[in-house]
Amino acid sequence: MTTPRTLFDKIWDAHVVERLPDGTAILYIDRHLIHEVTTPQAFEGLRAAGRKVRRPEATLAVVDHNVPTDSTRFTGIEEPESALQVATLERNVKAFGVPYIPLDDPRQGIVHVIGPELGLSQPGMTIVCGDSHTSTHGALGALAFGIGTSEVEHVLATQTLLQKPAKNMRITVDGTLGFGCSAKDIVLAIIGRIGTAGGTGHVIEYAGEAIRALDMAGRMTVCNMSIEAGARAGMIAPDETTFAYLKGRPFAPKGEAWEKALAYWRTLPSDPGARFDREVRLDAAGIAPMVTWGTNPEAVVPITGRVPDPAEEPDPAKRAQMQRMLDYMGLAPGAPLAGTPVDVVFIGSCTNSRIEDIRAAAAVARGRRVAEGVRALVVPGSGLVKKQAEEEGLDRVLKEAGFEWREAGCSMCLGMNPDKLKPGQRCASTSNRNFEGRQGPGGRTHLLSPAMAAAAAVTGRLVDVREMAR
Amino acid sequence: MRPFTTLTGIAAPLPLANVDTDQIIPARFLKTIERSGLGRHLFAPMRYREDGGENPDFVLNREPWRKAEILIAHENFGCGSSREHAPWALLDFGIRCVIAPSFADIFHNNCFKNGILPVRLPRELCDALMEDARLGGNARITVDLERQVVVRPNGQEIPFEVDPLRRKMLLEGLDEIGQTLAHAAAIAGFEARQKAAQPWLYA
Repeated sequence: MTTPRTLFDKIWDAHVVERLPDGTAILYIDRHLIHEVTTPQAFEGLRAAGRKVRRPEATLAVVDHNVPTDSTRFTGIEEPESALQVATLERNVKAFGVPYIPLDDPRQGIVHVIGPELGLSQPGMTIVCGDSHTSTHGALGALAFGIGTSEVEHVLATQTLLQKPAKNMRITVDGTLGFGCSAKDIVLAIIGRIGTAGGTGHVIEYAGEAIRALDMAGRMTVCNMSIEAGARAGMIAPDETTFAYLKGRPFAPKGEAWEKALAYWRTLPSDPGARFDREVRLDAAGIAPMVTWGTNPEAVVPITGRVPDPAEEPDPAKRAQMQRMLDYMGLAPGAPLAGTPVDVVFIGSCTNSRIEDIRAAAAVARGRRVAEGVRALVVPGSGLVKKQAEEEGLDRVLKEAGFEWREAGCSMCLGMNPDKLKPGQRCASTSNRNFEGRQGPGGRTHLLSPAMAAAAAVTGRLVDVREMAR
Repeated sequence: MRPFTTLTGIAAPLPLANVDTDQIIPARFLKTIERSGLGRHLFAPMRYREDGGENPDFVLNREPWRKAEILIAHENFGCGSSREHAPWALLDFGIRCVIAPSFADIFHNNCFKNGILPVRLPRELCDALMEDARLGGNARITVDLERQVVVRPNGQEIPFEVDPLRRKMLLEGLDEIGQTLAHAAAIAGFEARQKAAQPWLYA
């Protein structure tokens, strides 16, 4: 009888090339996704050392972070530094023989949207990318995590990483999610509970009835924000939902290979009795639509809640930090979140830009108008998401309501392309980080779900989407 | 990589928790294809005013901390993005050691790849070092990786833990890729076994 193992343990064990004397493993990497921002220095390093890319075919490059999401991108990127980064990636993929999805390819999109969408991300794989939200791919039952540029270079050259095993954490979400609530509310509630460093040193496995009930887009939303809880990765055991999602996708195994892969994937879920270093339980029924009020994702309350009062915080350092957050966000202690006016609404990012997210936004927007003075953007996660939304007529619903309908990219999630907040602007955003200046210097971010964001757009304020049901 | 053995220098106090990578270097400064030159953007949101001028209250704009080589901070330093531009900016400014009660995983990892030593110490010891750091130029702090101690200006030695392999890499300034490539035969062997067992990964 072997020791019961977790999903993480199984994938880890299957990828150890060699254990070094101190316990560090040379860990094999199955898939390496790369983009324009965190790779130029890695390729430069390869060049300087005269090294090659070990497995170009296990690598895929795409541009997403700094590209404009309006039509100007098709006539050349205006901003010289961004244009240089894109040109540098194009030069590097050509020189090193790495497959590349260019800006004018219909499959272009956010790296964490297109990996699963193309069937490149599969159960049991190790997947890395020079981006912390690589945890998204864990939704497929893969071990997926973000790495720095030195590690990008290491993977390009060796197809491995030097790693110490992480600790196992399981977060079980029991019960059924209430009306008007979504995966985004689950993950925000989790981060509110365990904090931004609650997962440090751990890989989180999400389990329980409410997680099982999520579609793949919802599972990706949850795993995506694992890093916001400090975890190295988040993952969900593959099941029939996973297999049905993957089947027939361009890079998914086919025919006999599919059957063989499927048999292997079914062995991956954590064994009964597998040991977790830490267990957390939440009840989905207790989760309401969530909104952040501060400048890190643990500063979150239900939309029915109020801005906390620093005066009630006993720890002086924490009190000072809360005050700093309220000053930055321009919020008063004790004020209700609902009713706070917004200037901008952003629906997009690797957290919430899949077809299901756009459907949820369009369902709220249908027959309504974006409030006077509010700018609202919908940015599909990929060209394929955009195409499908247009086939379903969702673009029309959104445009008629006054939303901007954009090209795929990271857009206003991170303030490094033309989509940015102006200082002082308040934004209801479906992205993942509400750090100071994240969406542009001086910008104020409230993180929430796509349905909540659409509700904010049409009312001009933070509002409980459950009140808008007809 | 430049080796890290021992460092004696001025330490800058930054008594903040959850200093995220967007605070260390905002995304708009990541549009570079170089590793160098990012020091001027280090802590840009706190270090510069809206008009671009220096914020005179920020510690790294004041003497003697303009020449700080060590940074003392609070919990969860470096949380957020995987951007290695964060350690590159620290290094380019001249900071080669960060001392804090805890670090975010990816930032912690990225430091070691760049010759920066992140030292985890309990909060009360960080606070004591924070007090030392506030004294400025007359209170230099020593970080000795060989002996794994931080030495306070009063001579008190504080031991710290560090992963042995990472310690060796830093002390010797080793090229990690070169080290791994010495295991090329093992990697090829792994690939042959994986390809036989899971051919769909190689289709």
